[in-house]
Amino acid sequence: MTEQQPLLHMQGITKEYFGNRVLTDVTLDINRGEVLGLVGENGAGKSTLMNILFGMSVIVQTGGYTGSVSIDGKEVNFQNPFDALKAGIGMVHQEFSLIPGFTATENILLNGEILHDNIVTKIFGPRLKTLNLPEMRAIAEKSIELLGVEISPDTLVAEMPVGHKQFTELAREIHRPEMKLLVLDEPTAVLTESEAQVLLTSLRRLAATGIAIIFITHRLQEILDICDRIVILRDGQVVKEVATSDTDIGQVAELMVGRSVSAKSAATEDYNESTETILSVDQLWVDMPGETVRDVSLEVHKGEIFGIGGLAGQGKLGIPNGIMGLYPAGGAVILHGKPTRLNDPAAALAAGMAFVSEDRRGVGLLLEEALDWNIAFTAMQAQNKFLRPLLGGLIQWRDDKAIQNVATEYIKALDIKCTSTDQPAQELSGGNQQKICLAKAFAVQPDVLFVSEPTRGIDVGAKALVLEALRTYNRKNGTTIIMISSELEELRSICDRIAIVDEGRIAGILPPSATAKEFGLLMIGKVKSEANSHE
Amino acid sequence: MNSIRRFIEKAGWPRIIIAMLLLSLFIVAPSVGVRVDQSITDTIVRFGMNGILVLGMVPMVQTGCGLNFGLPLGIIAGLLGATISIELGLTGLAGFAGAMVLAAPFALLFGWSYGKLLNRVKGDEMMIATYVGFSSVSFMCMMWMLLPYHSSKMIWGYGGAGLRTTISLEGFWLHILDNFLTVRIGSNFMFPTGMILFFAFMALIMWAFFHTKTGTAMTAVGSNPDYARAAGINVDKMRTISVIMSTVYGAIGILVFQQSFGFIQLYNGPFFMALPAVAAILIGGASVNKANITNVVIGTILFQGILTMTPSVINSAIQSDLSEVVRIIVSDGMIVYALTRVTRKSR
Ligand SMILES: Nc1ncnc2c1ncn2[C@@H]1O[C@H](COP(=O)(O)OP(=O)(O)OP(=O)(O)O)[C@@H](O)[C@H]1O
Ligand SMILES: [Mg+2]
Repeated sequence: MTEQQPLLHMQGITKEYFGNRVLTDVTLDINRGEVLGLVGENGAGKSTLMNILFGMSVIVQTGGYTGSVSIDGKEVNFQNPFDALKAGIGMVHQEFSLIPGFTATENILLNGEILHDNIVTKIFGPRLKTLNLPEMRAIAEKSIELLGVEISPDTLVAEMPVGHKQFTELAREIHRPEMKLLVLDEPTAVLTESEAQVLLTSLRRLAATGIAIIFITHRLQEILDICDRIVILRDGQVVKEVATSDTDIGQVAELMVGRSVSAKSAATEDYNESTETILSVDQLWVDMPGETVRDVSLEVHKGEIFGIGGLAGQGKLGIPNGIMGLYPAGGAVILHGKPTRLNDPAAALAAGMAFVSEDRRGVGLLLEEALDWNIAFTAMQAQNKFLRPLLGGLIQWRDDKAIQNVATEYIKALDIKCTSTDQPAQELSGGNQQKICLAKAFAVQPDVLFVSEPTRGIDVGAKALVLEALRTYNRKNGTTIIMISSELEELRSICDRIAIVDEGRIAGILPPSATAKEFGLLMIGKVKSEANSHE
Repeated sequence: MNSIRRFIEKAGWPRIIIAMLLLSLFIVAPSVGVRVDQSITDTIVRFGMNGILVLGMVPMVQTGCGLNFGLPLGIIAGLLGATISIELGLTGLAGFAGAMVLAAPFALLFGWSYGKLLNRVKGDEMMIATYVGFSSVSFMCMMWMLLPYHSSKMIWGYGGAGLRTTISLEGFWLHILDNFLTVRIGSNFMFPTGMILFFAFMALIMWAFFHTKTGTAMTAVGSNPDYARAAGINVDKMRTISVIMSTVYGAIGILVFQQSFGFIQLYNGPFFMALPAVAAILIGGASVNKANITNVVIGTILFQGILTMTPSVINSAIQSDLSEVVRIIVSDGMIVYALTRVTRKSR
């Protein structure tokens, strides 16, 4: 052959989950040093395709796949991720796979520890070799540095803000010298815009060293910024493969969903300042690791959509988690003029508040249970909905029919892609899981709804849909919504007022019409390290 | 083809293989002179005797407390109920019902404190449960000697103090459930309607409980405690309730077991009850954090069926009395096998 051989060649990949076809005849090539963007709607099959490449056990357990995968022209069929790692493939999954109780160094060098011989190993063999900690630390430090971020190698993962966890995962993949191909499944979803920029820059640097990168994201601008080529999946099929220079955001989005989408949702006009206060927060502190809230006071008006933004680690996520009783908190939270009890999730729910957590797999979902349970559970427990009293109320019988109805209703309203209401939540794609979390909160019909990172991991089409759903919900039911997001643009497109959190305090509150510069100043006003790292 | 594969996937190879083994034992039985009707009767009776003890595993598994290796605690509550009932001179139905009523406060108290203990050792529940089982049996070994029982039916003939190791139920409530509405066909087939009905009743209560608000909350606690907490559920309370339920089922289970077996076994008796119950539910397809009533029924039938059939078939085939040896080998073998099959449903 005269033509240069691609590093990776996937040919005619077809995959079914229990008779449900999710990939059809997908063919894909990538060369050394190339950055390939893989885009598609939620549930298009992106993660599945990458799981096949990486030999993930879910694939083998669900009957494998057809088609072939070759690396450097040699056909491979990985039975587990270790085979893939040996072949030089690294993968950062959509969900974290770090060990919380270990430090950054230990996580980065997991299974690749630098070992010392000692007296004991001579007798009992290599299992008892001691760790060479200084050397491990140096390697970890080097690969963190390569990414252009500042994380101490000795920090425990459990105490890191999400952004740093993501960088730690990445550092784990790139420290391996044999690394040839790096797969990143939505690595920027949990990052703030500035962190994402740092990541993109370091990816380009990696590619320049000859590493090939497959990059999955729902932020299309990122794809255009760093990819050489874009592969667009729709319903498990490749609908188009284009060079980045020949396309633009509009076209990619259109190809993804098969119709044209308006990227912007309607801005707010009809908000008037004089409405009464529904929620007031006074001197709130929250002890949430990586997102400490020190002293927050706020007044939220009835019926508004109130945004909370700020850089990662500054405490914006701590506010809803503290108010909803999920982390130790103090201060006063007054709803409808009545103080609510802190540190008691049941009291917060009973008072009429609900929360869509940013941690959907951790606290957002019952992964093994069916979708209808996931959606109805909180409303059932906190408000006695979907129950039938028997024997004069002595027994609260679960009304399975009502649960199914409400689930069906929300699945339709939010366009959730699933086979039935009985499907376990873990079988849904990431974006559809996020929609289940929203449905769960809607089912509670709260007076005040906290949504934390509601569009994380959601595709462009669905993003507009989720924001629209939030706005409609707000308008129709008069529900007050407090939305916490790392994406300033998203906050500005839907919120009536936006507070920016900095170092655990409110740095200021601005109308959405304020300029990006005004927001930027509030965000970085006091955070020198963040500002330095990308300027 | 697809439907066969789905069935196998759903039932699981271990269950299919054990079921085939059991079936083949029934098929060869007549050729070595073992009566099939007699064997079926034995299997059904053993199922009825053990069913409720196995059922008692379900609540703790569902809330994520793991397999109840501390079952002896519930059994001890049952033994206290039975002995006090006899001490009070109750007989017949009153005696049996009295035993249950008297066992209840002990089961509630034991279960409550056992639950509190398990809430402090999250993640290591099964190991601590095993300790609890062992130490409670040892502690009661002393108490059976020291407690001030007087009934001459129960205390050692000499000395005049301390309970005997086995106490006959003859004249109290022997076969009180077995003999209720019993169906007899020929001289070898007997269906213990009362005992099976009682099992069905206890299973129905369990089923119904898991269809209530509290039962649903308990299942969620087992699936994802963080989710449950965010939904306003008191996770520790749900876990304690499940431990109490498991303990109460253990107490009632042993009373049912004894009325059919004919004896109350004290001292080291409770020791040997936990493992077979654990093995049965595992063989029935339960994992450490998911179990249902189908797992209980299938597991108990398979485990007890193999346990009755293997010794009698082998015994008759080789014409000698090895039944006790074979029974122990088969029983322990199945337990070891089941324990290697312990799985946790993935998160
Ligand atoms: N373990 C599983 N069992 C059954 N179906 C599954 C399983 N995992 C994924 N699916 C289905 O396969 C389809 C593709 O899912 P996949 O996770 O690949 O989507 P995705 O493109 O990564 O979407 P997202 O952008 O939301 O992450 C979905 O319809 C999903 O429901
Ligand atoms: Mg995905």
